[in-house]
Amino acid sequence: MNLFIDGIAWILDPANWSGTGSIPQRLWEHIWISAVVLLLASAIALPTGALVGHTGKGREFSVMVSGGLRALPTLGVLTLFGLWLGIGLGAPIIALVILAIPPLLAGAYAGFESVDRRTIDAARAMGMRELQLVGRVEVPLGLPIIVGGIRSATLQIIATATLAAYIADDGLGRFIFAGLKTRNYDEMLGGSILVILLALIVDGIFAITQRLVVPAGVRATRTRELRSRPARPRAVVGQPITEGNRE
Amino acid sequence: MIEFRSVTKQFPDGTVAVAGVDIVIPPRKTTVFVGSSGSGKTTLLRMINRMVDPTSGQVLIDGTDVATREPVALRRSIGYVMQNSGLLPHRKVIDNVATVPMLRGQKRRDAHAHALELLDTVGLDRSLADKYPSQLSGGQQQRVGVARGLAVDPNILLMDEPFGAVDPIVRAELQQELLRLQGDLGKTVVFVTHDIDEAFLLGDQVVIMQQGGQISQAASPAEILANPADDFVANFVGADRGKRALHVTELGGRRLVVDADGRPAGVLAS
Repeated sequence: MNLFIDGIAWILDPANWSGTGSIPQRLWEHIWISAVVLLLASAIALPTGALVGHTGKGREFSVMVSGGLRALPTLGVLTLFGLWLGIGLGAPIIALVILAIPPLLAGAYAGFESVDRRTIDAARAMGMRELQLVGRVEVPLGLPIIVGGIRSATLQIIATATLAAYIADDGLGRFIFAGLKTRNYDEMLGGSILVILLALIVDGIFAITQRLVVPAGVRATRTRELRSRPARPRAVVGQPITEGNRE
Repeated sequence: MIEFRSVTKQFPDGTVAVAGVDIVIPPRKTTVFVGSSGSGKTTLLRMINRMVDPTSGQVLIDGTDVATREPVALRRSIGYVMQNSGLLPHRKVIDNVATVPMLRGQKRRDAHAHALELLDTVGLDRSLADKYPSQLSGGQQQRVGVARGLAVDPNILLMDEPFGAVDPIVRAELQQELLRLQGDLGKTVVFVTHDIDEAFLLGDQVVIMQQGGQISQAASPAEILANPADDFVANFVGADRGKRALHVTELGGRRLVVDADGRPAGVLAS
């Protein structure tokens, strides 16, 4: 507990709030790295997930790829790219992008797949073009799940971006690595607490966003279903209704 | 007029949904495709707006092969009503009805004004315009579906088991409503159902489909009852049993019509 208080005292120490390597500077670097990684990973994973979810093709492939990427140890990837690219932000950004792709990809295609096939079929029969189907039907209805994927990816990025300091002079991870090396555990713990706080605040923002993007008409259904739903999910008796689902 | 010329549809897995169908669907009349599941009736319907393309043969609307028309433009010119309404759950009733006119570039205000009129047409209160589909009953949703199908004032209205998922009382109500609407509007309605009673009630022409996607008989309900083409049709329409096998008995000087079980169906008017 004393250590914990020392960590907080370290955070509150005005000496750590100015100059080179100050808390604001490291915090800003951490946010900046996380944002760049999120943008890069989203640019790759969201369109791919949308394509897989919309067409229903390549699902097995993307499950395989994201499962494979998930199995890669980030520290190992970081070391590998670090040896190749040298000191700097290049290696950590690549390693973090690889880390962020699986949850983003899974969120995107799960979001698209969550939309009732009959609704999509009807919209197509009305005369919507494929892009209109994506923009006006699938994205609005799948958005809560897509945002869920972004949320979990962002958390992982923020937590793991501490590793950037392993190979570059950036981010809140600096405090952790420096503290460890100099046995300054106040600094180390202070750095960890800052990462945790940042992660919690960002997660809170995403939690609110996720609620806000539930479409109004769907919210109306949910509340009604909530009242009529049994307390515990019941086993389906007989054949479940599969009509209209994709084979 | 819609014309099917030796239309066949075979799905990639080898299933033949429709096998060499020739049929003419007359304009401004209701044609009902009826058959059990797997008889290809929905596939036939969906070929009209190119939701399904035939493997061979042609589908013509007023002499033009639909294969030569751009699918999106074609679909926007044809009304489509499906089972479970197929409404967009995240859009208000009025936006659902105005969907296709707005896709065709109509201004939002005009499309909404017209959508309100359409709610009147299908017998819905205008106060429902700002509700979401999930806040409506099944019957109301189905009426919104019909309003949406009529929104661009199409010549052709395709209805794919539109009343299949509502309870019998609401279904009867909706059927009467459709008959009234059709009397007023005179669209070319193509209707798919597995309910022979619904087919006889609504259809000017009834097309009976059998397994494997072939037409057993296409004729008016009266003619099908009078001259069923084969045993399958006779059996399917139940011409020889139950409430369709009526005969006349005398009771107290009046002539009663009774069904096969002896239950009275009515009195023979002189």
